[in-house]
Amino acid sequence: MNRVEVVVSRRGFLGIFSAGAFVLATDLKADATTWQPNVYLGMEPSGVVTIVAHRSEMGTGIKTALPMVAADELDVDFKNVRVEQAIGDAKYGSQDTDGSNSIRSFYEPLRIAGATARLMLERAAAAKWGVPAAECKGRNEQVTHAPSGRKIAYRELVTLAASQAVPKKEELTYKAPSEYRYIGKAQPIVDLGDICNGKAIFGIDAKMPGMVYASIERSPVMGGKIASVDDAEARKVKGVSQTVTIDALKPPYGFQALGGVAVIADNTWSAMQGRKKLKVDWDLGANAGFDSGAFKKTLQDSARQPGKVARNVGDVDAEFAKGGTIHEVEYYVPMLAHAPMEPPSAVAEFKDGKVIAWTSTQNPQAVQATVAAAVGIKPADVTCHVTLLGGGFGRKSKPDYVAEAAMLSKKVGKPVKVVWSREDDIHFDYFHSVAAMYMKASTDAKGRPTAWLQRSAFPPIEMMFDPTAKLGGMEMAMGWNDLPYDLPNHRAENGPATAPVRIGWMRSVANIFHAFGVQSFTDELAAAANRDRVEYLLEMLGSQRVIDLTDGRGGATASGIDQRYPLDVGRLRRVVELAAEKSEWAKKKSGAGHGFGIAVHRSFLSYIAAVVEVEVDSKGKVKIPRVDFAVDAGMVVHPERVTAQFEGAAVFGTSLAMMGEITLGDGRVQQGNFNNYPVARMPEAPLMTHVHIVPSNAAPAGVGEPGVPVIAPAICNAIFAATGKRVRDLPIRKQTLV
Amino acid sequence: MIELRVNGTAKKFDGDADMPLLWFLRDVLELTGTKFGCGLGLCGACTVHVNGAAVRSCQTTMKAAAGKSVTTIEGLAHNSVQAAWEHGNVPQCGYCQSGQIMQAVALLKEKPKPTDSDIDEIMQGNICRCGTYQRIRAAIKTAAGVKA
Repeated sequence: MNRVEVVVSRRGFLGIFSAGAFVLATDLKADATTWQPNVYLGMEPSGVVTIVAHRSEMGTGIKTALPMVAADELDVDFKNVRVEQAIGDAKYGSQDTDGSNSIRSFYEPLRIAGATARLMLERAAAAKWGVPAAECKGRNEQVTHAPSGRKIAYRELVTLAASQAVPKKEELTYKAPSEYRYIGKAQPIVDLGDICNGKAIFGIDAKMPGMVYASIERSPVMGGKIASVDDAEARKVKGVSQTVTIDALKPPYGFQALGGVAVIADNTWSAMQGRKKLKVDWDLGANAGFDSGAFKKTLQDSARQPGKVARNVGDVDAEFAKGGTIHEVEYYVPMLAHAPMEPPSAVAEFKDGKVIAWTSTQNPQAVQATVAAAVGIKPADVTCHVTLLGGGFGRKSKPDYVAEAAMLSKKVGKPVKVVWSREDDIHFDYFHSVAAMYMKASTDAKGRPTAWLQRSAFPPIEMMFDPTAKLGGMEMAMGWNDLPYDLPNHRAENGPATAPVRIGWMRSVANIFHAFGVQSFTDELAAAANRDRVEYLLEMLGSQRVIDLTDGRGGATASGIDQRYPLDVGRLRRVVELAAEKSEWAKKKSGAGHGFGIAVHRSFLSYIAAVVEVEVDSKGKVKIPRVDFAVDAGMVVHPERVTAQFEGAAVFGTSLAMMGEITLGDGRVQQGNFNNYPVARMPEAPLMTHVHIVPSNAAPAGVGEPGVPVIAPAICNAIFAATGKRVRDLPIRKQTLV
Repeated sequence: MIELRVNGTAKKFDGDADMPLLWFLRDVLELTGTKFGCGLGLCGACTVHVNGAAVRSCQTTMKAAAGKSVTTIEGLAHNSVQAAWEHGNVPQCGYCQSGQIMQAVALLKEKPKPTDSDIDEIMQGNICRCGTYQRIRAAIKTAAGVKA
């Protein structure tokens, strides 16, 4: 079988793209000279290699890192690689860029892509020379026949390679790690120059010929409906052409457009001005009385009651009944907004029963499904082009804003660009869930827990897909039922909760509040026992061992566990020891407004510890001079970008710990911009974050999210060390520290 | 009719004189390197130079820009700041970086050898949600030739 898939080449638009202009690739010509042995990779007779980035680039460096894997295995110069962002298409496998999952799931497919192409080139050379293929080896863009010393460049073999049968996976050979030229080494991101020159194209920058601009007024209360609209004044605004109503969504909310009244204009500003002149009378519905302050009490009550058991080891009740020293503490983490610097934005055209969209999305396949449902066509009739994302953090995996653009285009008959204001972004986010936690432990004479009970309550993400859902689903395996401590009696529970808001995953998801509860409580127990925190933490982790969460005591099911990633306590111990060593923990003394705190947490299969240094001045102002991260993420493809992810996680974690809080009153979100939903600015961010990566050949794990969870507890533990003040409710700025 | 210069070229505008310069640049001139982030002058993503000074283009009306000379990231001759940004691999998502670079160029014009507190003071108006601050600080120092 000599079938070779000939690809549609997008060279034309890529060339223009890099020159800064933006041209739509709606009319592509098949280029028969491009050889494509694999969906991810193509090679032209010029020697230029096209590698497809099918995952979304929101700042992690994945658009560079995955192509590096294929380029390395094929063994070509990265200068000759052109990275092409894929449209949404199931042929690439999942494009849902979340869960810190891209390298984990696609290291192997991209390695196979490179190895496949190299073997076909080797076979092509063997055929040309009439020698056994096993004697031919492809390295550095040429195939060498060792016995004769003959060499031929890859580019001269492209046509011949294209006639080779595509080999089976079992036939492939791989480079030894010692031969890697890109994996494990630094490589500038492919868009670096364009970003620094202002030429990079984000969703908000995308254009379609003849497009109009929309700004949408949505119900201030979730579930509200339009009672009446007076758009007379809005239509008088210069540049405004019309208004369009989008019906309110019905549960389950999923990724549907919220509904509302759109003002259509010939520029963004006019659309926004027209929107201000709309007079919309809302039927606010049942949620208009929702108050987040009252809800906090409801959640805390839920966490205090016995909940659904998520993991049960031994018998905590029997142990508590024996008396002894009992510790009971509650923690609270408020709702949070993602607030990516680029607000949700999309441009879409509905034409002849098909949609073309350009947008900053983490999941173009979800765009296809969501848009198709919104305008009544098939997902295959939705073409989703993916731009760079101006931040994502989980917000842009929910494509409600793309559905809005497509629905409006269908009604207006032109391409429509939807740009959310910052206020839209914060009011209508899929919020990171608020959580209350109740922790109880009994300790022995040395301060070591004899029993440990942990309860949490939070509105679960599953509510978005099943309105009756009240218990944590995937959240349970995010730092709750997988507690890695060596405890004779342990029970983890989860109480019911629901709230009239959209809840969604945000960078590290439930690990944020679970790690805060567990790592703060650990520090409290260590403090009560007057123990060194590092020593105590290592004692809690216990001996090097693998914890089997499928032992029938609650926790993961066998089908939910990836056997490549056992919960290895030895690796947790090592990151604690490494963070302590690199921060010179043993030499540090806390007190008098200067303190050090530590936290450890495993999430997205990576093992992370952080030591945070804080200074608290006489007015209670907190500064963070230094963070030391120890990171065991298994094998690392792009250590320089991994380092950047952890530097960023320290800042993201600082924002949520110090200042992040979304509240609601009368059913309305009370924050709307960076004045009342502040995020860390330069002077508030850690001054210097040091990232220490554990060298590892273990299967690659996640890096985008796992830096976040340890930061809030490590900051609060450091504040306690500095001041004796324990912060149990976030954000820290709402607490009195001195 | 409002007349102004953008990146050295004369431009005219006869629309709403209260329209912020940001939207004129982005929607009319299609200079999309200048970003929208907050609309209230709180995040710095829209920073451009007007008569050489860094301003928030979302807070600068067309009326106020009349007769002035505007430089956007596209009009910046590739300079030591951009080179330092590339050398230090500063950007993550990259969205805020046009504004950061425009602000940093203005900072170095005013204070060629900035201290840490100079950098904090001038750069604190520019938010980076990815958290590239320590690299921004290092790149400014590289561009200035001062010790990290």
